[in-house]
Amino acid sequence: MHRMIDLNSLTIKEAREKLDNKEFSAVDLATYYLKAIKSKNENINAFLEVYGDVLEQAKIADEKISQGEKLPLLGIPVALKDNLLVKGKRATSGSKILEGFVAPYDATVITKLKDAGAVFLGRTNMDEFAMGSSTENSAFGVTKNPLDQERVAGGSSGGSAAAVAGGMALVALGSDTGGSVREPASFCGVVGLKPTYGGVSRHGLMAMGSSLDVIGPFTKTVSDSEILFNVIHGEDVMDSTTFKDGTYPRKPIKEKMVVGVPYHLFKNGGLESEAENNFRESVKKLENLGYEIQEITLPNIEKSLAVYYILMPAEVSSNLARFDGVRYGLHVEGKTLLEDYLKTKGAGFGKETKRRILIGTYVLSSGYHDAYYTKALLLRQKISEEINTIFNEVDVLLTPTTPGTAFKIGEKSGDPLALYVQDVFTVPANIVGIPAISIPSGEIEVGGKKLPLGIQFMAPHNHEHLLFEIGKKFKGE
Amino acid sequence: MTNTFRNVNISFMVTIEEIKNLANLARIELPESELESLSKEMGSILDYVSQIQNSAGDIKRVVPELHNIMREDVVTNTPGQYTEDILKNAPKKEKDYLVVKKIL
Repeated sequence: MHRMIDLNSLTIKEAREKLDNKEFSAVDLATYYLKAIKSKNENINAFLEVYGDVLEQAKIADEKISQGEKLPLLGIPVALKDNLLVKGKRATSGSKILEGFVAPYDATVITKLKDAGAVFLGRTNMDEFAMGSSTENSAFGVTKNPLDQERVAGGSSGGSAAAVAGGMALVALGSDTGGSVREPASFCGVVGLKPTYGGVSRHGLMAMGSSLDVIGPFTKTVSDSEILFNVIHGEDVMDSTTFKDGTYPRKPIKEKMVVGVPYHLFKNGGLESEAENNFRESVKKLENLGYEIQEITLPNIEKSLAVYYILMPAEVSSNLARFDGVRYGLHVEGKTLLEDYLKTKGAGFGKETKRRILIGTYVLSSGYHDAYYTKALLLRQKISEEINTIFNEVDVLLTPTTPGTAFKIGEKSGDPLALYVQDVFTVPANIVGIPAISIPSGEIEVGGKKLPLGIQFMAPHNHEHLLFEIGKKFKGE
Repeated sequence: MTNTFRNVNISFMVTIEEIKNLANLARIELPESELESLSKEMGSILDYVSQIQNSAGDIKRVVPELHNIMREDVVTNTPGQYTEDILKNAPKKEKDYLVVKKIL
């Protein structure tokens, strides 16, 4: 048995080789991760539940390996965000309102991962119904950043990011509505991909903002991100927003790609000066690699955040109406049916969830609908036009992933807006539906601790291959 | 915090009565103690997002590029295949029915 596995740096590629060469078994690998979870999770709170059948799953993978079966994820331990359904397992979306809920079916991504041989370790912590940028809105406590436990791991998929960064899972899945994969990836020093809207089926993902949501992977390398994306993407009859192969024809990779940088966004986006220095170093690195950098202007992109914080809560208020205490989850008894609803939602939803449902109800109510919701739709259209047009001039767009490093637990929890501005660089990709990836771009020292930063590349619809190409070059993979 | 992404020129008010009305529309019971902080927080959020109201003047709405995804409308599961698993999640049930209080 191979005793010197560094779980903090192990990749799918490396594990695949070692599993196939019998250097270690899938059961060995799963056992290492279960041990790591046991020793670290009490502090970090990345996992809400570790499944009881991990070793059984690994045994099945070992049997298949010994029979010579070749599957991309055979025996690979994966962590899952708590808003993905696995048949027969609990799923709560980080909320008390889904107390006791057991998923009656597999999400499409789960079926695809199972077919590829993955071993599911458990479900990870998240902001309630994916609403937040710090996992502080989970009903089950905050997830700490494994690199500095005084700081947040980011959110909403903070548990998945911390599990991968903390060596408690080889890879993980999260969901991204406004940055919920990319921001925690950046805060924890891992790679986070938000695929094209409709590129990955959401069947079996609990809906937050249906015109924005997409499932994406957390990995340690860009190559692993590509492996996982290739497994989970594709058309699905169970999600009519998924697109066919030919819907967005793919442009080939150019010899010399042009990288567009909207510098004007940084000034108003609150980019911290050390983060800006780190970003400029990344730009220099790309120039040295032979990429052409072009400063661009996207006049309306700065409105993205305001547009997002209208459309998203509007969709949230509609999607979360289903949690009524009648069909599943928490039920609080009142005197009438109306009282049942009022009491169940009042007790089951946390503060941020209630706040966003109320904002959504406000912007959709008669008298305000045109001033907010309709205007936001128009601006979304304008921003989409601007970004789609700029892709005639540049191949990919580049920004920092976040305005700065991971912040301290509690630092921003008193002011919802202070937290919302964390999403300033990530929301445009969701508004437009284009793919984006956050890649670690180095560390800066804050208070004696080294904290990671990330850069974000964005590409046209269905052009994830450009993100993987430039990402691998940037990381020297 | 200082950030030009926050529009501080307009001051927005969401009254406690409005909050109560919205909560009622959304079927959420709110304790009296949360009303005041919600009123302030929602005011500042709506204040911020209101910046879009003056900036969408000349945009003409076009029908988004959407594609109809059609499929045959046929039953793909066997009768009762999911019934037990789904009903197992119900807080209250009687035989194969969900139980709710009478509304008439």
